[in-house]
Amino acid sequence: MSTSPTTIMDETTPTAQSVEVVMNPASPALDKSSRFNAPTIIDIDNVDFYYGQSKALHGINFPIKEKLVTAFIGPSGCGKSTLLRCLNRMNDLVDGTRIGAGSIKISGVDIYDPSVDVIELRKRVGMVFQKSNPFPKSIYENIVYGLRLQGINQKARLDETVERSLRGAALWDEVRDRLHTSALGLSGGQQQRLCIARAIAVEPEIILMDEPCSALDPIATVKVEELIHQLKQNYTIVIVTHNMQQAGRCSDITAFFYMGRLIEIDTTEKIFTNPSQRQTEDYISGRFG
Amino acid sequence: MPTPVHSSSYSNGPAAEQIGKIRETLLLMASLTDRNLSLALRSLVERDDKLSDAVEAEDSQLDELEVSLDELVINHMATHAPVATDCRFMLVASKISSNLERIGDQAVSIARRARELNKEPLLKPLIDIPRMAQIAAGMLRDSISALIDRKAEMAQEIIRRDKEVDAINKQLARELTSFMLEDPSTITRALNLTLVARSLERIADHCKNIAEEVYYLYQARDIRHERKA
Repeated sequence: MSTSPTTIMDETTPTAQSVEVVMNPASPALDKSSRFNAPTIIDIDNVDFYYGQSKALHGINFPIKEKLVTAFIGPSGCGKSTLLRCLNRMNDLVDGTRIGAGSIKISGVDIYDPSVDVIELRKRVGMVFQKSNPFPKSIYENIVYGLRLQGINQKARLDETVERSLRGAALWDEVRDRLHTSALGLSGGQQQRLCIARAIAVEPEIILMDEPCSALDPIATVKVEELIHQLKQNYTIVIVTHNMQQAGRCSDITAFFYMGRLIEIDTTEKIFTNPSQRQTEDYISGRFG
Repeated sequence: MPTPVHSSSYSNGPAAEQIGKIRETLLLMASLTDRNLSLALRSLVERDDKLSDAVEAEDSQLDELEVSLDELVINHMATHAPVATDCRFMLVASKISSNLERIGDQAVSIARRARELNKEPLLKPLIDIPRMAQIAAGMLRDSISALIDRKAEMAQEIIRRDKEVDAINKQLARELTSFMLEDPSTITRALNLTLVARSLERIADHCKNIAEEVYYLYQARDIRHERKA
């Protein structure tokens, strides 16, 4: 008989090991079952939050896992941005706001404890906003701004930080020849990546992103989303987005909020294929919100 | 993998990773299916029960990979809403995987018949069944090559070969029927050979289905049932 036991592709000749690799991927982001076993970096424990007399968050209680991307989704006014801004005490800047109950701990330390240095906290927990907000300075000076505030002025150190941060934000190749020109001359997408580079220049552990792509065109959005994927190798990322598909594309864990309450949190695949709560399914299917 | 199976719009990022994993799982399934089919045919020709046992033992891996691939596909569709070629690839990957798993089941069926046939002397020299097997195994290998090399025209040529397998199957069924009519003591062996031939005919049908899916992936035209319409 001429039928020989040849295989289709020599390089993919299956072995018990190759089957094992496919069934059990090494990347925790690909292996959804292990995501909730990752170490907790932020522990949100029964948090109530008030704007004056108005209660905006009701008993929010869940952990945020290290070096994963966690997305907050939900309709306008659901509390997702409020919660995000609690994570580096940005709400302190709004009069009449307060945490009414519960605690938020980062690496085990209650960030609302009076002994916590808020400037130091915001160094550890960087933030990128909806609209890019470069300072009216050169690209170089934007990146080193945080370091100069810390009193670091050695040129070699600053140069190294600028290159590392711009490479980290996938912007280096586009701006390396014009570091000393105004940051305001960059495109919207480049400005947003510059803001991400500025955030990572001070070596934070966590990056909060509040609708980082809502002012960007689709091409710039893809670049920022790819950047988010790269950044999670080194940083924990929390992203608020109105764009559900963006949450699907970029995040490992998705939390759905409605009227100040956490309705559901799970792996992004679970939320988008088989959410446990009817409200979540209605929202992601576009039936409300 | 040295060659991209299809040209995705994603170059890196989570989408590219997910598509790469679907591709990897599909090619691993194809390779396992090819090996199991070869082992099943050798168990018949070489009259070796150990090979039959190996086919049955390894089939569960194919089943697991099929389930795993469908989960990857639905996750990718739900989280990335793929369009154009990527969207067709999701549909096609799931369908090819299903056809590969069924080819694996037919290989198990052949291995079981081989074990029965190996208990008794050969009814007749094995000529037609190896011919069918050669064509069917070639169709499987070529349909996966067409997928890897993006050759839609090759897929069309594979589809034509299905008729050769059908013709041999019919001719063999007639011949085995005459054996049974002439000598009832041959019935068990003749029926087992008929079932092997029918498995090979079904395998060729699945390969034809795979080729049609490959054509759809690269040409965005559905050529199923065209002659029947």
